Amino acid sequence: MSPLRSPAGGRDGGAGGPTGPAHREPPAVPRTGPRTWARDLAMGMRFAAGGGRAGWIRTALTAAGVALGVAVLLLGASVPSLMDAWHGREKARENLGQEHDPKPADDTLLHTSVDTTYRGAQVRGRLVRPDGARPPLPPGVRRLPGPGRMLVSPALKELLDSPAGALLRDRLDYEVAGVIGDAGLLGPAELTYFAQSATLREADAYRIDHFGRSWDPTPMRAPAVLLVIMTCVALMMPVMVFIGTSVRFGNERRERRLAALRLVGSDVPTTRRIASGETLFGSLLGLAGGAALFLGGRQLASVITLWGINVFPSDVTPGPLAAALIAVLVPAAAVLVTLFAQRGVTVEPLGIVRGRPAIRRRLWWRVALPAVGTLLLLPLAGERPWTDTAPNTLRLAAGSMLLLFGVTALLPWLVDAVVRRLRGGPVPWQLAIRRLQLSSGSATRAVGGITIAVAGAIAIHMLLTGMQAGYAQAYAESGKVPRIGLWGGADSWPRTQKALTALRATPGVTAARGTIDANIGRLTGPGNAPSHDTHATVAVGSCAELRTLARITSCRDGDVFVTDARDPDSPVRAGATIDLNPRVGTDDRATPRPWKIPEAARATALRAPGHGPGLFSYDLLLTPSVLDIARLKDPDVEFQVDFDRDTPDAVEHLRNTAAHINPTMNEFSAVDNPHDQQLGSVRDGLFTGAVVTLLLIGAGLIISTVEQLHERRRLLSTLDAHGTRRATLGWSVLWQTAVPVVLGLGLAVGCGLGLGSLLLTMIDTPVTVDWPVVAGMTAIGGGVILFVTALSLPPLWRMMRPDGLRTE
Amino acid sequence: MTPEGSLLSAEGLHKKYGATPALDGADFSIHPGEVVAVMGPSGSGKSTLLHCLAGIIRPDSGTVRYGPHLLTGLNDAQRSALRRTDFGFVFQFGQLVPELTCLENVALPLRLNGTKRKEAERQAREWLERLEVDTVGGQRPGEISGGQGQRVAVARALATRPRVIFADEPTGALDSLNGERVLTLLTDAARDTSAAVVLVTHESRVAAYSDREIVVRDGRVKDMLAGLI
Amino acid sequence: MSIGHTLLGLLESGPRHGYDLKRAFDAHFGQDRPLHYGQVYSTMSRLLKNGLVEVDAVEAGAGPERKRYAITSAGITDVTQWLARPEKPEPYLQSTLYTKVVLALLTGRDAAELLDTQRTEHLRLMRGLTERKRGGDLADQLICDHALFHLEADLRWLELTSARLDRLGETVRA
Repeated sequence: MSPLRSPAGGRDGGAGGPTGPAHREPPAVPRTGPRTWARDLAMGMRFAAGGGRAGWIRTALTAAGVALGVAVLLLGASVPSLMDAWHGREKARENLGQEHDPKPADDTLLHTSVDTTYRGAQVRGRLVRPDGARPPLPPGVRRLPGPGRMLVSPALKELLDSPAGALLRDRLDYEVAGVIGDAGLLGPAELTYFAQSATLREADAYRIDHFGRSWDPTPMRAPAVLLVIMTCVALMMPVMVFIGTSVRFGNERRERRLAALRLVGSDVPTTRRIASGETLFGSLLGLAGGAALFLGGRQLASVITLWGINVFPSDVTPGPLAAALIAVLVPAAAVLVTLFAQRGVTVEPLGIVRGRPAIRRRLWWRVALPAVGTLLLLPLAGERPWTDTAPNTLRLAAGSMLLLFGVTALLPWLVDAVVRRLRGGPVPWQLAIRRLQLSSGSATRAVGGITIAVAGAIAIHMLLTGMQAGYAQAYAESGKVPRIGLWGGADSWPRTQKALTALRATPGVTAARGTIDANIGRLTGPGNAPSHDTHATVAVGSCAELRTLARITSCRDGDVFVTDARDPDSPVRAGATIDLNPRVGTDDRATPRPWKIPEAARATALRAPGHGPGLFSYDLLLTPSVLDIARLKDPDVEFQVDFDRDTPDAVEHLRNTAAHINPTMNEFSAVDNPHDQQLGSVRDGLFTGAVVTLLLIGAGLIISTVEQLHERRRLLSTLDAHGTRRATLGWSVLWQTAVPVVLGLGLAVGCGLGLGSLLLTMIDTPVTVDWPVVAGMTAIGGGVILFVTALSLPPLWRMMRPDGLRTE
Repeated sequence: MTPEGSLLSAEGLHKKYGATPALDGADFSIHPGEVVAVMGPSGSGKSTLLHCLAGIIRPDSGTVRYGPHLLTGLNDAQRSALRRTDFGFVFQFGQLVPELTCLENVALPLRLNGTKRKEAERQAREWLERLEVDTVGGQRPGEISGGQGQRVAVARALATRPRVIFADEPTGALDSLNGERVLTLLTDAARDTSAAVVLVTHESRVAAYSDREIVVRDGRVKDMLAGLI
Repeated sequence: MSIGHTLLGLLESGPRHGYDLKRAFDAHFGQDRPLHYGQVYSTMSRLLKNGLVEVDAVEAGAGPERKRYAITSAGITDVTQWLARPEKPEPYLQSTLYTKVVLALLTGRDAAELLDTQRTEHLRLMRGLTERKRGGDLADQLICDHALFHLEADLRWLELTSARLDRLGETVRA
């Protein structure tokens, strides 16, 4: 029998003469059990591994794409455990006091927070004074530093040792006795210290008998949840698209090899399985590479601070379930994408038959995706205020994913629809448009990633900007006047007076005023209803200080003034008896401390009555000798310090002075807007992410463009022989890239703005469009076009060489 | 050899690819309206000679003269311009732009020369008619037969009314009948427009369409006509 | 095929005995029909008469087969002319062309030249046929095609031989 006889021929022969000696049994149809699958996949993997240089390049490209995707997925999967570790350490080291302090004992200490800000950076400080020999210790601290000594975090040590830390060294007036261990730090970049003070007053601190408490972090507010969900969606989707694109690298050559396999008798499902095997090999390599990339990349965690969160590399560990899912699903997805890519493609023994020469791009399901997404989101926008419930979160994630994914699905249809209507134009334009008309698939697939990345980035950015706009406005309003407020526990007027002198002597300070403030209340005697709600405020200060508050004409020490701030219900009037120890709750058993306001008290008008920054609401003004400060309940000292913006480090000098007056003094100011810094870091992250994504996609585009050029080498040489200008073909490559990218970007900007508006409406924030960001994103997209074209030109020139004309 | 009255002539062409000499002192000349077959074993430098003559590549040494122009003295842009206006090309494979229609393919060299689209496509239609493939004008190269495709390619080579047509194995991918028809149409059209044809082929039946043949061997040209005289 | 020219050609590489000549001829060209010794003897006699060869030496005490022949300068000229003359294109030319190619190689002549000359001769005929075919009716076309295909087959063979010359040369000279 002829070896050339086909199985079909064999069957025909069999029908004619079943007993013929030359008859051969028709080959049994192989059952496609798991073993067949395994065999074919293994064969495909062998092809991928043994495919020579070109084969390896293709495998490497697939692996690189998958590796990047896997690394990002692993990073995403690490976020929950990262936050757990972070919060866990936070919980273990804090104890800001209980409502009922323990009694002083051998194992208690006084503890207070002395946080400060140094040139915009937050420095966390804790000051303790042990009551006995066995004080509790926070994690990371093995022995309490001696009095006047402190333990510092490595980052703070570095800052203090550097010239840039000179001013801070002056503020943290303790001797460095050691370093806090990692267990006591949130992250390697955290600036923190733990000091013992011999002079810490009980009034300024809490007494505690242990560190750590069951303290749960405040749940993220709804806008933050929105932000996190959107980031995940916007980050993951391009990765998916990129994995999808990278498993298709070198598809055309692979198809030729598969055709050869068909020629030697493998059937269509087998070739598909073999093709999947090849992809599987690349994606398994990618999986390993991604894991390595992730392990290497997480070392960077120590230098990255995002949303004020900085962690140790070891915190960046994906959950075991998530890691296992990634390890299984990514290769599986790669195989599925390969099988999916081959639908409509029939590999015949003598070549490839594109089953559907022009795949009708159906509109309905492409429109259905974003439409369903919008429908999911719209009711959420109507619900005000938006609440972060599980169904809402799910709806939001699903809705925005559908919307973003819908955009990528819509893009091929859009490109098709637009390109189909284009005709004419100059030669490069015609070449590009015709090319896109014939097959726009590979280009739009890659551009789909750009679309998601840009749309997502714009939406997130709008959300961020909207959220931050409120803060920014408030800070801008408060920060108009260069002023810092300081407050802390007060003990006596002379010390306050000294502090004022010190503040005024500080370089850069233009003015300072300060008073001792306290709450007073109506005296509740028998028959009087508890009146904890009828509080009034008293300010104690020298005549000069009181004059800054009210229009006082004559004043001597011993004078008392009643202001016009009192409401009709106020107990404050000349000759009235008030309670200096008012109750703060109905169950407060404070003993009343009655005090009679002198009859000689004069009425005065506040300079700026009201509540708010720069406004005063004192009811009673006292000169220092009228009353012993100690009789007041929890007297606070409050300073308002004006400084000169042009004096360098005026704020830092001022803080140093304050720290020397009393390290536990608190500051309130609008000097550093922490939200600005957060927004800045997130914006940087977002831009970096978008640029990296776009570059990745650009790399994909370059590969597919060069691959396409390579396929057309002979044609390009022919065109060169005809005298075609290089510029003509260069422009056609540019247009060919530009048309889908421009359409994709247009779609992305539209979708991003729409989604952003929707999200802003959900958090009840006026919709504002950050045009510079839109422009920035668009510029990056344009940059990608140029980048792809520029990098495609050298291969284009090379392909145009007459070598391609050789027939060998 | 007497380049007198010749349209295109070359003298002492040398070209090396790496260490391998492809041309080693080749001479050539062709007159207007003449069809010259370039024969020789594969690897002898036939295609390299054609590429040098057409100004696609620049020889390492030697001169190519086209009318008053010293082709070897022109820069790349000038040579490209000359190829667009004065030369036409037919190759064996892959010369039609797959995404353009046949009509647009034929119009392409005219448009590269700056002819307006409408006019270019009108002329292209005439050439398609002449090459007996006017019915496939609206189709893409992938949708037509090899013979039709090669006729479209010939129409494209003729569309700019070139003075010299370079054909490198133009019938290599065709069956005898189609090949002969294409050659007949090509040589007839060339004679009508008194264009010269440089016909690289290894098939003697194709070479039989020429007026004379030259043989390239080891990078040198033997002009059989001159050899016989 | 001319046995005379062939034997002359073989002598060009150096004087040989009659028996040697037969062996050399059989080795290179005699696959189908080895030469009878008598044919060698009679051919040599004719060539001697025409002055194309001469007897170089005779070994003592031996019969006629002990003569050693050498080619004369007239003989060399004759071989050269024969080799350079293209054969009239006709069917079944191969054996003659083959002999010529091998002899050209044996005698250090340019076999490629020989092939090119022959191709020109063939092409001259083919051009005529092609021209006739272009203007002719169907019968003409069919007849011309037949002839053209045969001629082309000859030339194909020539091309192939030409391509194999290097290898052939090594075999022949070995």
